[in-house]
Amino acid sequence: MITGAQEIPMEPFQGPSPETVVRVDNLVKYFPVKMGIAGIFGPKKVVHAVDGISFEIRKGEILGLVGESGCGKSTTGRLLVRLETPTSGTILHHGKNIAHIKGKELKEFRRRVQMVFQDPYESLNPRFTVLGSVSEPLIVHKIGSSMEEREELVCRALEAAELKPATEYLYRYPHELSGGQRQRVAIARALVLRPDFIVADEPVSMLDVSIRAGIMNLMLDLRAKYQIPYLFVTHDVSVARYMSDRIAVMYLGRIVEIGPTEYVISNAQHPYTRALLSAVPVPDPAHKHGRAEIKGELPSPIDLPKGCRFNPRCLYAKDICFQQSPGMIEVEKDHFVECHFAGKI
Amino acid sequence: MALLEVKDLKVYFRIRKGTVKAVDGVSFNLDAGETLGLVGESGCGKTTTAFAITKLLANNGYIAGGEIYFDGQKIAEPVPDFGKGLLAGAKATKFEKMQEEKMQTIRWKQISVIFQSAMNAFNPVYKVGDQIMEALRVHEKMTKEQARQRTIELFQLVGLDPRRLTGYPHEFSGGMRQRAMIAMALACNPKLIIADEPTTALDVIMQDRILKEIKDLQRKFQISMIIITHDISVVAEVADKIAIMYAGKIVEYGDIVAIFHRTSHPYSIGLLGAFPSIKGKKRRLDAIPGSPPDLANPPTGCRFHPRCKYVKDICKDKDPEFVEVEKNHWTACHFAYEVFNARISAEEVRM
Ligand SMILES: Nc1ncnc2c1ncn2[C@@H]1O[C@H](COP(=O)(O)OP(=O)(O)OP(=O)(O)O)[C@@H](O)[C@H]1O
Ligand SMILES: Nc1ncnc2c1ncn2[C@@H]1O[C@H](COP(=O)(O)OP(=O)(O)OP(=O)(O)O)[C@@H](O)[C@H]1O
Ligand SMILES: [Mg+2]
Ligand SMILES: [Mg+2]
Repeated sequence: MITGAQEIPMEPFQGPSPETVVRVDNLVKYFPVKMGIAGIFGPKKVVHAVDGISFEIRKGEILGLVGESGCGKSTTGRLLVRLETPTSGTILHHGKNIAHIKGKELKEFRRRVQMVFQDPYESLNPRFTVLGSVSEPLIVHKIGSSMEEREELVCRALEAAELKPATEYLYRYPHELSGGQRQRVAIARALVLRPDFIVADEPVSMLDVSIRAGIMNLMLDLRAKYQIPYLFVTHDVSVARYMSDRIAVMYLGRIVEIGPTEYVISNAQHPYTRALLSAVPVPDPAHKHGRAEIKGELPSPIDLPKGCRFNPRCLYAKDICFQQSPGMIEVEKDHFVECHFAGKI
Repeated sequence: MALLEVKDLKVYFRIRKGTVKAVDGVSFNLDAGETLGLVGESGCGKTTTAFAITKLLANNGYIAGGEIYFDGQKIAEPVPDFGKGLLAGAKATKFEKMQEEKMQTIRWKQISVIFQSAMNAFNPVYKVGDQIMEALRVHEKMTKEQARQRTIELFQLVGLDPRRLTGYPHEFSGGMRQRAMIAMALACNPKLIIADEPTTALDVIMQDRILKEIKDLQRKFQISMIIITHDISVVAEVADKIAIMYAGKIVEYGDIVAIFHRTSHPYSIGLLGAFPSIKGKKRRLDAIPGSPPDLANPPTGCRFHPRCKYVKDICKDKDPEFVEVEKNHWTACHFAYEVFNARISAEEVRM
């Protein structure tokens, strides 16, 4: 088959500046679970969606957050833009703790951070036209003095998201757009306020490859131009690799490995990261890929295993893994792994 | 006889400024137990094709031509012209109503759909588990307890904790909702599953597991599947044949191995070349330059010609016919043989 594109080198990016935009310390979010009649009498159960994570994102940096379905990626993203309130922990935005702000303060904060959602049905109001959806944040935050001015800003954002000519789309409703077109409207909506931090939650997973490449390049170019940092949530390691300067791997509410992208990809230390990498399929029907290096049992964030929470699925688990939760170990510069046997497997 | 036959299907949408020709002459067929991968750029008409089969088109959409047969029965065709008489409107409505009733019995029981967005499948005010149980009780006439047992099994099949049966859709993560929807689609042992981007929200390990479960069920019950996806590796993994769509038309169709091996349409070559990889050097991805055409106003001749690097005069005037470049491999390009025989190299075609 015909693979790949030409070897065009990536546009050089000068690297993030040392200025920290977001810093998260020991962040926790639990959700209560209702379990029907049986649950009323039993002990109260919670979903440990995010369970003590810490990291920082610098100006102009893209941090990729990967991990399996239900491990807490979207919750992390929603906490960072304060669509959820943390159970505990701090979130510093330019040095200010925004973990529990409310009211006017929260509204001002929301203007400066934006989120692109996994499913554009969630973010686009079916009763609004494209113009209505994308201009809504402008109206809410009183940007642009006239409707014409706002329309101009909306058109620019739509074209930046590759909906051209923008005027073709202004008066369409979400149901008159394909899934991918809808997602591009959602991206335009996030860009229109020129935010200083974006959480992109699986922004390309609903897009086909050719448009996906365009959107990813667009986001990279915007980053290079305006130094907008992103938390880029994805379940797809190859997308994370393409987009991120650093990658954080999440498993059952914890970050189990974090480091510069190429280190994590080529020198993965956590058994879960390795499993994730080994299962990436190859786009060729003649080549069936190898199975993931992982055991079958599926985890539940309700009852966590004792010790290391990856132990039921780990091929390398030893006694200690069933007794003690591991701490973070720096295996090489800036590359941290939460495993008793980091660097030894 | 094929389980599903789609013949020269045309689906149009009325919009303020005219008509969107979202699907414009699409034909394919599917045998029992077979899987067809339907791929193509966003907006090319994949979901619309699927919705025409299941009669789920938006109100402004209609079948403008062609027909669809399921299990030998005609399930879709354009509304006949009842003339301009007094009763024309009423007759057309009655015709549509009869078609809809016919479909009611087929949908879910025989054809089930995994929607592109879970928001379409679940009612946000009811518990996820209750919605699946309800489907089982209505369509499979199960008792409450049977339905509960079956739902638990289905949850386990897709890797969901049965203790989450009582959760509401918004309490599920994106991937959990998608898995719940897959569970729902598998609930009634359908003959045909139409899966519209079924694994977009899933990590590779989960995707691998679920595709395997679906394949096992397919084999066991001879279920056919149309899988709509932009993920070429998913198609490569599960499909027997592939249809590559561009701007409302199929441009390349046939046996998956043949098509991957000797891709013969310039658009398909571009499409198959634009995904990132975790292997090798990191490089800038090629998006196919230009944008997909406006389907309210498609280009003349071959619809791909404005973006095709190899475009010749004939491409602007004449819509290409399908040519069978090799057994079970059809390509709609004026230069299909040249590309197939590598007289035009992939490098030349690629933009
Ligand atoms: N109800 C509608 N009214 C007007 N146009 C519509 C309507 N539904 C779809 N369209 C248009 O028809 C075309 C095909 O849409 P469709 O949803 O089938 O695309 P798709 O191939 O599934 O794309 P995606 O991969 O983005 O989901 C698009 O250009 C879309 O804008
Ligand atoms: N509002 C809520 N109420 C109850 N549980 C919730 C709520 N939101 C999230 N959860 C639970 O928290 C866990 C983490 O969910 P989250 O959406 O963060 O996962 P994710 O990593 O984004 O997964 P996916 O890749 O499937 O989208 C899941 O078990 C989910 O069901
Ligand atoms: Mg998510
Ligand atoms: Mg679609």
